[in-house]
Amino acid sequence: MSLLCAEDPNVLELLDDAGIELLWHPAISEATGAEANATLESVLSGEAPLDILCVEGSIVTGPNGTGRFHILSGTGRPMLDWCRALAPLARHVVAVGTCAAFGGVTAAGGNPSGAVGLQFDGSQAGGALASAFRSRSGLPVVNVAGCPTHPGWVTETLLLLAGGALDAGALDAFNRPRFYTDHLVHHACPKNEYYEYKASARQLSELGCLMEHLGCIGTQAVGDCNIRPWNGGGSCTRGGYPCIACTSPDFEDPQLTFTETPKVAGIPVGLPTDMPKAWFMALASLSKAATPERINRNAHSDRIEVAPKPKRERST
Amino acid sequence: MTELIVGPFNRVEGDLEVRLQASDGTVAAAYANSPLFRGFEVMLKGADPRDALTLTPRICGICSISQSAAAALALADAAGAEMTEQGALAAAILHGVENLADHVTHFNLFFMPDFARQAYKGRVWHSDMVERFTAAKGASQHAALEARARLFHIAGILGGKWPHTLAIQPAGVTRTPDAADRVRIVSILRSFRRHLETRLFGGRLEEFTALESVSDLACWTQGDAGLFLTASADLGLADMGWGPRRYLSYGAYPFATGRKTRAGVWADGEISDLKTGEIVEHVSQSWMLGGAAHPFDGATRPDEEMGEPGYSWCKAPRLGGRTCEVGALARQVVDGHRLALALADEGGVRARIAGRLLEIARTQIWLEDWAQALDPGGRFMGEFDVPKTGRGAGLVEAARGALGHWVVIEGGRIANYQIVAPTTWNFSPRDADGQPGPLEAALVGAPVADGETAPLSVQHIVRSFDPCMVCTVH
Repeated sequence: MSLLCAEDPNVLELLDDAGIELLWHPAISEATGAEANATLESVLSGEAPLDILCVEGSIVTGPNGTGRFHILSGTGRPMLDWCRALAPLARHVVAVGTCAAFGGVTAAGGNPSGAVGLQFDGSQAGGALASAFRSRSGLPVVNVAGCPTHPGWVTETLLLLAGGALDAGALDAFNRPRFYTDHLVHHACPKNEYYEYKASARQLSELGCLMEHLGCIGTQAVGDCNIRPWNGGGSCTRGGYPCIACTSPDFEDPQLTFTETPKVAGIPVGLPTDMPKAWFMALASLSKAATPERINRNAHSDRIEVAPKPKRERST
Repeated sequence: MTELIVGPFNRVEGDLEVRLQASDGTVAAAYANSPLFRGFEVMLKGADPRDALTLTPRICGICSISQSAAAALALADAAGAEMTEQGALAAAILHGVENLADHVTHFNLFFMPDFARQAYKGRVWHSDMVERFTAAKGASQHAALEARARLFHIAGILGGKWPHTLAIQPAGVTRTPDAADRVRIVSILRSFRRHLETRLFGGRLEEFTALESVSDLACWTQGDAGLFLTASADLGLADMGWGPRRYLSYGAYPFATGRKTRAGVWADGEISDLKTGEIVEHVSQSWMLGGAAHPFDGATRPDEEMGEPGYSWCKAPRLGGRTCEVGALARQVVDGHRLALALADEGGVRARIAGRLLEIARTQIWLEDWAQALDPGGRFMGEFDVPKTGRGAGLVEAARGALGHWVVIEGGRIANYQIVAPTTWNFSPRDADGQPGPLEAALVGAPVADGETAPLSVQHIVRSFDPCMVCTVH
């Protein structure tokens, strides 16, 4: 449903213009029941070419590895089997969303249904398909992870694949397209000035940085969420709540709770990984001590209390 | 007696299989199967209660805010907290936008494409249907998609993103809109009204909400709504797919002063108070272990053997032992709107679609009022502390009907969490007394033409409920 939020052009027009024909889509296609089964059969028999297989949702393996917790309706056959049967026939296989990529939220809290991703089980390689699986193009499953995915991540992946412009080098270590995972959610976060001074919000609705107390891991989460807008201009941190790294495997089981930062001796665990911890702490305490009053007050307010006064604009 | 299995049943949200027994050209018995088990209620056991705010919206990509609102309300109820006045207003706008968008998506993408099928070629309305609603190509579909995406900019402003916002919290919302945000929201709504009035209704929304009778409705020929009503009259959809004619609503959009629409139950022409203590979920013909229970005492234990007589992962909720229909029509009937009351006894495919159209018009008008009432100077978040012990119910109205979350907290952790989704009511399997669920009963008598493998009548009836199977099986 997130995909339907694609704009300029709308998703149907975009796919049509790019020559991407929907063979069958559960929310959009006319074909239902026997008509849809006929399409599936024609793919299995090799009669209809399958260029891109998109899978949404985790693949459930329970109970006891049978996959019978999810039988594709009208077929009597587990979705697990369908994925294993269709994937080798496809030129490309795309996992849409963190559930299809890694298991995601369906694998939270003890994973009662035995949910896995298409080619990963959390951060472990190998899911419904073996880690060695390659589609006909030679690529592994392309993981458009995100919960939800940004509609642009999906459409651009499809367009790049259709145009032969997405090779193995364009994927990261979890086979996610690098065009969005080479960025961190932290990049262009509107709370960056608060982050610089560690001027931290203490409760949700305060404007300050959400990293120190409220669980935000945008500095360690991949995604261009603050660079390209969601729904016209939003993002999680723009909405006033923390980034929970929904593009990452295993995000569904936080150490504490999603909206509280785990700490050891008062120091948040999981500081940015690419700088020495001691340096980070030293810089943080220095910048905290240097926090301007404007930033300090705004950080603990639900709206701008003190406006910036650029030097050149000060009246004489 | 012939048996038909219809699946994959698409243009519904999630996985649905319908098994039909037909004889003499009509459906004699129907069985609705939700063939997916995920176990969100199991996952939540032992979790920090606040995790429900992040996990439950992810039950569904289309009813996400509804799940979010129910979780927030359940936690607030357990803690004795409540939203600030402005926080409740912002939450209502977010929820109203989702409900409105879902109704428009259902009409354009899920329901109407069946009328553009070749099987209806030759009907006077068919060429218009083909032009407007051919799957993935219809002009109305494209227009609706674009209008819907722009409408969701309101979710971008107030909620960061859609779906899966974490903006709605037990005591309010996480973002305080400013004066510019308010006028942007007002402008987006004006644009959406233009879409509704030019394409869907072909007239003023206020003219549609002023309709009072079935004969008034039959005279509405403009816009896509009129095209549906024309086809409906031709195909006799008013007399197809009768529900139980018992409607339940928890009342939509909670404010400190009360709910925007009335809570209650309509049966036999009377509206009575809703007694939520009489809600019981049966599991005797579900693939679940255990017995019938009120949601506070309910359990979710999947039967891994998938043994008989079970045939669905869906439980069977009943109110005082009886089935109820939930959804837009139910909400409008219980709220006492005159057109909805006139359609209550009809209770078939046309009534459901007309009820949804009525609610589209009314929701748009409410959203406009709420946007005007947003006060950027107000408080959008209040106080909330997670209780160590407590229990709470979060009863809201999703696009598809009554949605309830029931939480029990012990030792600061979730001891039990039970969810009854709208389609759990509408598409429930049989209960301990063998009483079919509302859809199963509505399908009996549906015509089956020679050679049909997925009878069109069955497709119209199923989709008229706008089922959300992913919420159903949570």
